Amino acid sequence: MTSQTVLIKKERSTGASIAYKGRRQFKRIAKHWQLYLLILPSLLCIIIFKYIPMYGVQIAFRDYNPNLGFAGSHWVGIKYFQDFFRSYQFSRLLLNTLFISVYYLIAIMPIPIILAIALNETKWKFFSKTVQMFTYAPYFISTVVLVSIIFQFLSPYGLLNNALSLVGIEKTDLMGNPALFKSLYVWSGVWQQAGYYAVIYLAALAGINSELYEAAYIDGASIFQKIIHIDIPGIMPTFIIILILNTAYILNVDYQKILLMQNQLNMEVSDVIYTYVYRQGLIAVQYSYSSAIGLFNSVISMILFIVVNKLAKKFSDISFW
Amino acid sequence: MLAKKQTLSLDNRIFHIVNNTFLILCLAVTLFPLLNIVSQSFSSPASVISGKVLFLPVKPTLTGYLKIVADHDLLMGFVNSFIYMFAGTFISLVLTLTGAYPMARKTFAGRRILTWIFTFTMIFYGGLVPTYLLVKSMHMYDTIWAMIIPNAIVVWNLFIARAFFQNSIPEELYEASELDGCSDIKIFTSIVLPLSKPIIAVLVLFYAIGIWNNYFDALVFLSSSNKFPLQLVLRNILIKSQMLTFLKASSGQDQSGILALTELMKYSVIVFASLPVMILYPFIQKYFVKGIMIGSVKG
Repeated sequence: MTSQTVLIKKERSTGASIAYKGRRQFKRIAKHWQLYLLILPSLLCIIIFKYIPMYGVQIAFRDYNPNLGFAGSHWVGIKYFQDFFRSYQFSRLLLNTLFISVYYLIAIMPIPIILAIALNETKWKFFSKTVQMFTYAPYFISTVVLVSIIFQFLSPYGLLNNALSLVGIEKTDLMGNPALFKSLYVWSGVWQQAGYYAVIYLAALAGINSELYEAAYIDGASIFQKIIHIDIPGIMPTFIIILILNTAYILNVDYQKILLMQNQLNMEVSDVIYTYVYRQGLIAVQYSYSSAIGLFNSVISMILFIVVNKLAKKFSDISFW
Repeated sequence: MLAKKQTLSLDNRIFHIVNNTFLILCLAVTLFPLLNIVSQSFSSPASVISGKVLFLPVKPTLTGYLKIVADHDLLMGFVNSFIYMFAGTFISLVLTLTGAYPMARKTFAGRRILTWIFTFTMIFYGGLVPTYLLVKSMHMYDTIWAMIIPNAIVVWNLFIARAFFQNSIPEELYEASELDGCSDIKIFTSIVLPLSKPIIAVLVLFYAIGIWNNYFDALVFLSSSNKFPLQLVLRNILIKSQMLTFLKASSGQDQSGILALTELMKYSVIVFASLPVMILYPFIQKYFVKGIMIGSVKG
């Protein structure tokens, strides 16, 4: 339980002389050449489709011209970044992105923990399994279907409007109401993902040493005391890992979902950095400008990831590397 | 002592009542929207448009589904999605397993640097436009390959597979096989793979459902509508409110009838599109739980 998810394991250095080590290393590589053959296709796939775009993002500093290519187009420096920072869109996009992300983070962090502890505590095992199965199910619904469900409920003929008209409120086009957009995005996300995160916490709860519960029982601890002193510390490492991931990806809101929920009426509150990147890049064909905004997004995300990871390591010994 | 025990059990009882009520509430919140969608999809067009349907079909019909079966775009999307799902899952699986296996071997020099190469792609993204331009320049744009190759490897899945190999295949097995003169590829195909059925099941499900549910790659990489997967067809019908093929053909019908039928069909389409995953879900959910467990223990 010292470290939950360690992606990179440090290999021990043997302390042998470098020349000897080099020769031995070569022998080892030669002996296991088939392993390199096996990894080659996936490595190529990653290098071509992940690293070449990283190389290609230099068009953010150039006036991209398809005939001249990534590296041949004319250098314009930080012109497109300046355009973006000076545009009236900039603060709107950044604020929308941050607001939606933080709102979602606050909503999605506690609910699955409560759900997992409740599932863990109930004495009816079959009931617990059933609730777990059904609350996990929405996770497998596609984004398009999820957004369609929201649309159908909010449509003038939908469930919500009918319920509202029962209590005497007039039917309205709820999807066109910008004030509702952020809450709709967040709570439909919670509806879809709470069960998924609960399963992760349940796995962590199952890993807690049962002797702790026995000791607590002998000491006469109440259920609340057990939850606070055993369950919560037990799922803390998992909580921190999820928090790191969600914080690091804070600029990468689920733009694929937002893109589907977006319309002219809610654009002011729904437009986030990456939906703008999509529109500028693929609809307005502003390749360089769009790449500059994308690069801005990627760099901030990377810095956030590293900082959050460092902080987590410092305060809790849990990190990705 | 006795008194204390009794108060505890009263606390316990209250806790369990509150706890189970909370769980029933969670169940209701999850199920009611789904029940409503399914009930609407089996109701008559008139009941749907007048908002009479709650959690049971009203005047049950199959009208919505019969219209779907006659809709050319939807069926084509369905077929396309199946093709992308089968081909894509196969290629993703092969790439992930062959990529994860060497990195799980202790004798594999360069493990650390390769792990970094893979990990870095999770931290830094080259961007939408450079990827799009790359796919175009490779002449993959608007072909089936664009749907399968560029995002074939999900690095997280590769690390899950590696963690599985490391934890469930003992080092001694490799050493013994090497002494018997097995090559590394032979060890992989005849020893590691047969022992890896659980992780293969997990990966197949992760990839298959990921591909089935994805609309964005198709939005970016495809332009001909006869290649669109189901999710993109759905987006056009349900969200962009493009007309269904049967409506384009029959303009003679009266307006309110068409409106009612369209609303009904939207519900039927939602159910239809989720059907493959939802039918399999009760059987496969334990594999997903397993996959999450493998991913969350120390790799």
